[in-house]
Amino acid sequence: MSRVGLRTCQQITRPWSNRVLAQKALFSSSHRCLDQSNNASRKTTHFGFRDVAEEEKESLVHQVFANVAGKYDVMNDAMSLGVHRVWKDQFIRAMAPSPGTKLLDVAGGTGDIALRFLDYCRNIHHDSSASVTMVDINPHMLEEGKKRFQTSPYAHTGQTDFLVQNAEQLVDIPDESVDVYTIAFGIRNCTHVDRVVKEAYRVLKPGGRFMCLEFSKVDNPVIGKIYDIYSFDVIPALGQVIANDRDSYQYLVESIRKFYSQEDFAQLIRDQGFKTIGSGYEDLTFGVAAIHSGFKI
Amino acid sequence: MLPRTLRQWSRHAGQHCLAKRALISSTHHAASRQPLYEHHIPISCVERSVLTVGSALAAVNNPLRGDMVATLGETTGTLFLKRMRDTMLASKTGRQILKDRPSINTSSLDFDQLRLECAPGTFGHAYISWLDEQGVTPDTREPVRFVDDEELAFVMKRYREIHDFFHTLTGLGVSVEEEIALKWFEWVQTGLPMTMLSSLFGPWQLSWAQRATLYSTYVPWALQSGAACQPLMNVYYEQKFHLPLDQFRQELGLIPTPHSL
Repeated sequence: MSRVGLRTCQQITRPWSNRVLAQKALFSSSHRCLDQSNNASRKTTHFGFRDVAEEEKESLVHQVFANVAGKYDVMNDAMSLGVHRVWKDQFIRAMAPSPGTKLLDVAGGTGDIALRFLDYCRNIHHDSSASVTMVDINPHMLEEGKKRFQTSPYAHTGQTDFLVQNAEQLVDIPDESVDVYTIAFGIRNCTHVDRVVKEAYRVLKPGGRFMCLEFSKVDNPVIGKIYDIYSFDVIPALGQVIANDRDSYQYLVESIRKFYSQEDFAQLIRDQGFKTIGSGYEDLTFGVAAIHSGFKI
Repeated sequence: MLPRTLRQWSRHAGQHCLAKRALISSTHHAASRQPLYEHHIPISCVERSVLTVGSALAAVNNPLRGDMVATLGETTGTLFLKRMRDTMLASKTGRQILKDRPSINTSSLDFDQLRLECAPGTFGHAYISWLDEQGVTPDTREPVRFVDDEELAFVMKRYREIHDFFHTLTGLGVSVEEEIALKWFEWVQTGLPMTMLSSLFGPWQLSWAQRATLYSTYVPWALQSGAACQPLMNVYYEQKFHLPLDQFRQELGLIPTPHSL
């Protein structure tokens, strides 16, 4: 009986670990974006499992988010079965903002983080001096966020600000002007992740905190297998049924696989000058998502 | 006949799923399979089940989601598409159609030419007037995506494209009960599960009066007519535009549609 169990476990682990190794190999050779073929000067990067020119990625991602903006929140609930709400709540609890905090929420989109931040300050500290600047490269997503805030208690408190900005170049955000910088489920869509983290370092005040909530790598082979099947076989189908857009959700699950592992991303944060505590990250739901945190000290 | 078909269907689906599951554990997910034709998206057994259930719910919830009806047809249709293809292979014109792979859209058919050439009373004239009246073109059909065989995908595509011809031949319009009546007709002709589901569950959205008309007038006609006329998939419609409509209907063996008051 136990031999059968062991064999089954081996069968489950082997193809999974082979695929992970293959993907890591693929990833480490392609993610630094140098095209080895004739066109050696043209840099490429990944767009899901496809390779595209670096300049193209931004507009492709823009198209994806313009398509999904209307049903973004519904799809998040359907795909994660509501678990994304728990992750975001945990993210804000990990942040534990004090009264009067100035937050810069990058790739803020539909405003999940900004809203929770303001709720936390109001409910825990009875504070209404905390403020959040919501920034997103995609005006459609920002519109959804603005609409949401119109019906929230913060519609007229003057605590929110909305700007269309590129996370790699926050031209309208001055140096050392924010206490906390957050980017939730946005950084993996950026073409140059290191530049985003560098900009974060620039705009944070000394002592400020960089926090990132993003999908990450699942270590556990059994959960990993279930997660793979769910990602590739259920999510695009859900995207087609609910939003009539299979391709955007196919991109979503592929982009998750192409993003850094927890340790690699923590190292990238440290490379840009942030100081991390312990490993620099906290796993959520077996590593499906992770909260990375760094301090500018 | 129906129970045997259902048994065949469930056995086939079970074997299909087992084969697919073996494929999953070796290649991990079907995205590693190559597309067999334009728009083809190879999907795994799990995804097929999710899409079947999801599209069925979405179609019942919002009958205007034509893409969901199409998806449901594709994910459930394999066995019956094979039977349709075999019926086509058994007839000379059917074989010709499978060989020629004709397509019906505004670039393959010269509509202006047809408008000039087809005299009133011909099949072509009736078809084009119907299209103009409804304000539709044959270009609005969903592409076939989830059928894992290139020839069967063509059969499905052909079935979708000749749907408008069925409207012309039977004289049924696009009101909801007439579309459902046509679905009953297609169910008898093709056996496709999607037609069965539309026929059985489509009437839920109708009023009692509409349902009364449907079941008393149209459904008996559809069952008789569908069984009596020759397999409509075997007809090379592109060669029949100049035939007088009544003659064409007689040749096919179509029982005239009763029109309710």
